[in-house]
Amino acid sequence: MDRVSHPAIQVSALTKHFGDTCAVDGIDFDVGGGVTAALLGGNGAGKTTTLSMLLGLLLPTAGRIRIFDEDMLRHRYRVLPRMNFSSPYVDLPHRLTVRQNLAVYGRLYGLAHVAQRIETLAADLQIGEFLDRQTGKLSAGQKTRVALAKALLNEPELLLLDEPTASLDPDTGDWVRSYLEVYQRRSGATILLASHNMGEVERLCSEVMMMRKGRIVDRGSPSALIERYGRDTLEQVFLDIARAGARFDPQAAAQ
Amino acid sequence: MSVTAVERPAALARFSPGRVGAMLLRYLYLLRSSWPRTLELLYWPAIQMILWGFTSQFLMTNSSYVARAGGVLLAAVMLWDVMFRGQLGVSVSFLEELWSRNLGHLFVSPLRPYEWVLSLLAMSLVRVVIGVVPATLMAIPLYHYSIFTLGPPLIAFFALLLVMGWGLGLIIGALLLRHGLGAESLAWLAVFLLAPASAVYYPVSVLPVWLQYVAWTLPSAHVFEGMRAVMFQGVFRLDHFFAALALDVVYVAFGAVVFLYAFRQARQRGALLQTGE
Repeated sequence: MDRVSHPAIQVSALTKHFGDTCAVDGIDFDVGGGVTAALLGGNGAGKTTTLSMLLGLLLPTAGRIRIFDEDMLRHRYRVLPRMNFSSPYVDLPHRLTVRQNLAVYGRLYGLAHVAQRIETLAADLQIGEFLDRQTGKLSAGQKTRVALAKALLNEPELLLLDEPTASLDPDTGDWVRSYLEVYQRRSGATILLASHNMGEVERLCSEVMMMRKGRIVDRGSPSALIERYGRDTLEQVFLDIARAGARFDPQAAAQ
Repeated sequence: MSVTAVERPAALARFSPGRVGAMLLRYLYLLRSSWPRTLELLYWPAIQMILWGFTSQFLMTNSSYVARAGGVLLAAVMLWDVMFRGQLGVSVSFLEELWSRNLGHLFVSPLRPYEWVLSLLAMSLVRVVIGVVPATLMAIPLYHYSIFTLGPPLIAFFALLLVMGWGLGLIIGALLLRHGLGAESLAWLAVFLLAPASAVYYPVSVLPVWLQYVAWTLPSAHVFEGMRAVMFQGVFRLDHFFAALALDVVYVAFGAVVFLYAFRQARQRGALLQTGE
């Protein structure tokens, strides 16, 4: 199968209601294999809710999710070993050392050579010096690298990232973005990230889905979106969309 | 490098002892990382045993009931602790995941909910052994009483009470999944609601008639009646044994169903990502 052209993620009519609140409103999108894509939107746009449904942590109210051609609502355990996830808002246990956390997750993913894999990742992600330190005692930048190590333990073919560089200083943020670029090129993995960081999205992603109030209101490559809206940066496009009325019209926004 | 370079032969299995072992390892790492946690396991059973040991010594000369079987109160307190620690072992390991906000990571891995439940039960057994065995051994030199004189029935009593504790632990886990850490105190207190009707230190016959009906729905009441039968009459009551066994099956099955239902509901509400401190 041609992974680059075949969609890794296929979402149709995906909807999530929390009581009377509609968090995600019938969205459709595909992400091709080997592509790095982004869900972009303001707070409450539905990005994290969408990622949670893709991961199977949250059950949709309606709609369909297929990952690697498997129905995630019925066969998620066929797919979970091939994907992974990282978020600054979901911690690893603080009292375990980094090595212990990675050892536990390595076993959960059924890795054959856990210790060897941890050493490889420690070298790649430069976490060797604090492998035996308690995870809760690390700095934000160190925690992000450890979370990335956990997310890459099983060499995922699909990596879902929720704000991968949130609360990092520019240097560490740049380091993480560079690492993700190298990983994507080396492995051919599909990456879907949710982010508020426009520079990050412009640099990493070839496809962007702009979300607002639970809907995908526009999509395209960063350069295509910038051109369509007659703007200079993706941030300006983001602001146009975020500040638009309930009925969004990209052509009107461009004028 | 290919993305398939990392071998994951066991990841697709419907049940994996390796994943259960991974979770058990996680809880053992946690226990090992903090000596106050280990001390806490030993502390309360030892204090209970010391208090009830002196009480028993006093009552031996002032109560014909205790005088007929000197260790009856000590045996009761130790066995009650098996049930309490069994429930607490499940609940505390469960709480560890809520405190560390780790559920999101766990359930995007191939870990199945029932594998997690099995690891919670296994860890509960470890915690019971660490907590209760030293206290039972301390009673031998201090009060010249060994619970091991109960003989083979002790194994049955231990197992029946542990399994009842597991059932309660799973029900409390379900409540924690539903209500979050707002329900945390249930993990520490809920089991004591059952203590009066469990007839730990007195026969079921002293209870009001209506409460006796309640007592006979508890595996623990049958176990403690059975324990007194062994100690006072020297007989192992099979009727109590089988009643407790049947009730245990009901409690654990009910606990597992409620827990897995609460887990699914948590996925509906998005609680696996949000539940924490």
